[in-house]
Amino acid sequence: MKAPAGPPPTPLLEVNGISVRFGAVQALERVSLEIRRGEIVAIIGPNGAGKTTLLNVVSGFYHPYEGQILFEGRDRTQLRPYDVAALGVARTFQNVALFKGMSVLDNIMTGRLLKMRGSFLLEALYWGPAMKQELEHRASVERIIDFLEIQAIRKASAGKLPYGLQKRVELARALAAEPKLLLLDEPMAGMNVEEKEDMCRFILGVNDEFGTTIALIEHDMSVVMDISDRVIALDYGRKIADGRPDEVRADQGVIDAYLGVAHA
Amino acid sequence: MLDLAYAVLVAPFKDMVGAPSFLVEVLIGGLAAGLMYSLVALGFVLIYKASGVFNFAQGVMVLFAALTLVGLMERGAPLVAALVLTMGVMVALAFAIERVVLRPLVNQEQIILFMATIGLNFFLEGFGELVWGSNVKKLDVGIPDTSFMAWGVQVNRLELTAAITAAVLVAILAVFFQRTRVGRALRAVADDHEAALSIGIPLNTIWIVVWSVAGLVALVAGIMWGAKSGVQFSLSLIALKALPVLILGGFTSVPGAIVGGLIIGTGEKLAEVYWGPLVGGAIENWFAYMLALAFLLVRPQGLFGEKIIERV
Repeated sequence: MKAPAGPPPTPLLEVNGISVRFGAVQALERVSLEIRRGEIVAIIGPNGAGKTTLLNVVSGFYHPYEGQILFEGRDRTQLRPYDVAALGVARTFQNVALFKGMSVLDNIMTGRLLKMRGSFLLEALYWGPAMKQELEHRASVERIIDFLEIQAIRKASAGKLPYGLQKRVELARALAAEPKLLLLDEPMAGMNVEEKEDMCRFILGVNDEFGTTIALIEHDMSVVMDISDRVIALDYGRKIADGRPDEVRADQGVIDAYLGVAHA
Repeated sequence: MLDLAYAVLVAPFKDMVGAPSFLVEVLIGGLAAGLMYSLVALGFVLIYKASGVFNFAQGVMVLFAALTLVGLMERGAPLVAALVLTMGVMVALAFAIERVVLRPLVNQEQIILFMATIGLNFFLEGFGELVWGSNVKKLDVGIPDTSFMAWGVQVNRLELTAAITAAVLVAILAVFFQRTRVGRALRAVADDHEAALSIGIPLNTIWIVVWSVAGLVALVAGIMWGAKSGVQFSLSLIALKALPVLILGGFTSVPGAIVGGLIIGTGEKLAEVYWGPLVGGAIENWFAYMLALAFLLVRPQGLFGEKIIERV
């Protein structure tokens, strides 16, 4: 399908044996995985399995005490979140982290901050190249707004929107950065069926149209089976399965984890 | 009863119309004082916008900046050199605050950061006195505290200079924060730390920028107030006058700090001059707070503040 000729290229993201501990809690234990270019990977697991921790480590909010993270083949285990963002990793949060006081448009524009260059003075005067730049960014933001079908709420204050739309705006802000890797933490949590279907459509569309590699955490199994190329299952901070959706669904370890078989 | 109504509602306005050039003088004095309140309020707004912290130490930063400037001049530094050095000190202070206070407390509750700024307040107060002494110092910036006549109106040179400086500074800051990408980044940081980090805004850099700017604003305010009333501990108390300005203008709005300051400055001068005699004076001392209280009841987010959104 997407198999290129010749030797396999380096994966976009490689996670090699990372461990994270919070006090006495072992949140992640020697987890290794890789995410290849163009994939949609779902990360599943029961509550407290370490899914969000894994996302936070990849996006630089936490740092593992052992193990290594490679992005495009380069070690970036210890980078700070804003450095990770600058490398081309964008993310959304489990409980929507929008700039609530700003308009939807301004929220999405902040996603382009890393792409903006030039002199503050010119920006302040809104003159010359600065004006041209602002207009260019505005145009690309408008494309994203069209793509995610949020034209009508462009000027609305983000904090006032219903939850489902807030999640969509958050996705828009992440897309505005034109990321190579997009991390979505429960993009469909708290949504009704219709909103979930829309979100699935958008995620597939992003992957398809922009070629963005996507890793997402999701609880809804039907969604996971529908949209992901590969599924990684975590339980108690360890990776217990990694493979095609149907394989992982049939995996005895995954079934046990979800059904709550006693851990010896 | 009728006499009282007349004295409150009619007589003051008759006085205003009767002596227009005096009214203009009062207004000018009020606007000048208002701009100086705005300067102090601006320091609060900048930091509040960027770190969501109400910086209790802003008033002491004004004092500390003025003390440093005077202290350096007393030790023989010429005005310009002392000014540049003091600016350096304020920027260094911003770096220190970021490193020692803000960075370890990232993602903590607002109240914890607020407590930290109270600590900072007392530290700076003590540190300033330790280094520069606690006696009242005179600050001479070379502008005489005298008046000249313009179109039949008395204008104080020092107040005029202060007003112009404040206006220019405020205009630059307003444009900087409204129009530039740093301004947008700042608003983002103020709103949500985590989200700001995730879109590539280096929080620590933004904090240093903001605290530096707030420090420089404090320096300007310290020079203006210090030149007027001497550099002494009471300088830190003008921060209290900035509170009603903030309530009026909104904690998050640069234009709000200015308009709020102007309203309070002129309002209290007018009240003092025209209504003061009715109650034996001293209206100036409480007018701002009463106005702020009234505002809190009607429009808690202030004139220009972001509307308080609460989803239930």
